[in-house]
Amino acid sequence: MRILAAMSGGVDSSVVACLLKEQGHEVIGATLQLYDNGASAKAGACCAGRDIMDARAVADRIDIPHYVVDSEARFRDSVIGTFADAYARGETPVPCVACNQGVKFTDLLGMARDLGCDAMATGHYVRRLEGAAGPELHRPVDAARDQSWFLFATTRAQLDFLRFPLGEMPDKAAVRELAGKYGLAVAAKPDSQDICFVTDGSYAGIVEKLRPEIVGAGEIVDHDGRVVGHHEGVARYTVGQSKRLGDLHTQIGERQMVTAIDPSRRRIVVGPRAGAGVTTLALRDMNWLADPAAVARCTVQIRAREGVRSASVRADGTGAIVTLDEPATAAPGQACVLYDGTRVLGGGFIRRADSDEERLRA
Amino acid sequence: MTESRLYCDANASDVLRPEARGAALEALACVGNPSSVHAEGRLARRQLEGAREIVASLLGVTTEGCVFTGGGTEANALAIHALGQDRRVLVGTTEHDAVRLARQDATPVPVLCDGTLDLDALEQALSNGPPALVCVMAANNETGVLHPLKAISALCRRHGARLHVDAVQAAGRMPFDLAQVDCDSAAISGHKMGGLKGAGAALFRGPFAVPGTFAAHVTGGGQERGRRGGTQALPAIASMAAALAAARAQDWSSIGQMRDGIDDAARKAGAVVAGSGAPRLANTTSLVLPGVAAQVQLMMLDLAGIAVSAGSACSSGKVSTSHVLEAMGFGAAAGQAIRVSLPWNAKPETASRLAEAYGAMAARLGKSPAGHSGVS
Repeated sequence: MRILAAMSGGVDSSVVACLLKEQGHEVIGATLQLYDNGASAKAGACCAGRDIMDARAVADRIDIPHYVVDSEARFRDSVIGTFADAYARGETPVPCVACNQGVKFTDLLGMARDLGCDAMATGHYVRRLEGAAGPELHRPVDAARDQSWFLFATTRAQLDFLRFPLGEMPDKAAVRELAGKYGLAVAAKPDSQDICFVTDGSYAGIVEKLRPEIVGAGEIVDHDGRVVGHHEGVARYTVGQSKRLGDLHTQIGERQMVTAIDPSRRRIVVGPRAGAGVTTLALRDMNWLADPAAVARCTVQIRAREGVRSASVRADGTGAIVTLDEPATAAPGQACVLYDGTRVLGGGFIRRADSDEERLRA
Repeated sequence: MTESRLYCDANASDVLRPEARGAALEALACVGNPSSVHAEGRLARRQLEGAREIVASLLGVTTEGCVFTGGGTEANALAIHALGQDRRVLVGTTEHDAVRLARQDATPVPVLCDGTLDLDALEQALSNGPPALVCVMAANNETGVLHPLKAISALCRRHGARLHVDAVQAAGRMPFDLAQVDCDSAAISGHKMGGLKGAGAALFRGPFAVPGTFAAHVTGGGQERGRRGGTQALPAIASMAAALAAARAQDWSSIGQMRDGIDDAARKAGAVVAGSGAPRLANTTSLVLPGVAAQVQLMMLDLAGIAVSAGSACSSGKVSTSHVLEAMGFGAAAGQAIRVSLPWNAKPETASRLAEAYGAMAARLGKSPAGHSGVS
């Protein structure tokens, strides 16, 4: 097969390229340039300037063609811009989902098709298993590396074309061992972490630069609209958090958390943590990887690093309604991914609850 | 897949000519440093000065006016440094970065939509302000478009301006002579003519041909009569002189016919040929395939065994939008062009195979819905 290997310059995707080459495929390496090589790139996050050099060195070592694909403009608009917009709406976005969905699995995958490739492979830790009704997306063997939550928006057509050779790896040590076996200089390279385009550790700084209208201090109010404190900027808050609320806990006498964010009035709404959970989540932009009619009971994961919860689900137009067995706090903009065991059934983005909408309008 | 590679990126680096290889090998056998006083040094010096005589005479300058450098970029930088010391600098918008970025305070002079310099704009720029240094290229590296050098030099003379010509792509591939053009300086590069990489020359006419009229960037041991320090790369310089002589002796009309054949085939496949209304260098063409990112075209042809290039590839390998085509008014299509530049030894089969591959590529990608190859 002719396969395009998406190479970030990290150890995972480098090993993928080597594995495919070893299996006898015609491998084409491609590295996305997502932002300028200069000051903005952070070492240790994917696709900085040095990462491009690393990817190229791996490609040279295994003698495959390698190309650098300029996706700066598209990344700026579809990932960073969308990220800032979401904060400006009072949501907590997941930029990696937007990046996988757009820059990687639409643009790069489209390019792979243009080049006559039969498949595109990435270094993601998920499994693509052939099921009775076509390919299925599953959690990887190594639960510690699971990236399925970030890939829920992969469409069936994309999944059909994609390959994830690392999904079967028992653990990261095994991947590094393979990298060592292949003689890759990146074998000991640290893993990428956090959000790749946040260079100084402050995502709020990026949001405030792109959406200056939400910059600035504002009020913290309770559910009745009473001002109970002040904050330094709404972009620093996520629904469900109890940090950055000053001495509110002692002042009110019980543990508080953010229950809603209103960027237009620069307001943070707080309420008692106890009893703040909800059982109904409305999801938008659902991506189904199973027949929705056949999904009633499932488990759901509503944060990147968290266990699953039992729930019932039903499709609702382009969205879905999830009813949790036990109440939980959920942040608007985050993903809610549906699982059956290891299989990803689909997922969507958590909408702001109607009660919050009313509260914010009040 | 067993078919051999097809190299059509001569403007990036041309195929080594046998004459250049021979001259390089001869120089490699010479142990001496041209600055040394012993017999070995004298032999090296003789080879160096022999090369200088060839280059100077073929380009219309005195041997004194020929300063060897490490390449075209350095030659341009040295000439602009020498002639622009006390002057404002006017630079064409389609110039190579080696010239465009040589002086941060340079004023851009626009081109017409066919890629030739806008003479009215130049005249206006020359009229408004103190005496200038004008920097333009003889032939554009991306489109092959030739600037009207005679008309430009006449304007410069009338306004007391100096003229530097970047002849890196033109030298060897067309008649180019500083005296005939009536310019003050020019730059050439060895490997663009079929010599080794690593040598170039800055050429000076008139007062600047005299040593001592400008200081070197790098003083070092005072080589090149105090204008460029550092031991000369003799094999590369000897091969450059031999390549220039061989290129000058070549009849380029057959290469021009091959290029025209490629243009015709590309147009039939839906391409627009940038700058085709202007006189162009025989070996170069810039093909715009509307709606298809240059990056994808490059990759596709490379995988099909054909080497071409796009606008400007930065050192990371990322393909950027062509500033040349942007300056010519191509808008978004400036990111959808590839450059084909035939090597000096191109065969008619080269051109026909390229035309065929281009047609196949256009048929596959050109008709796909907008945005299909939408990697920006």
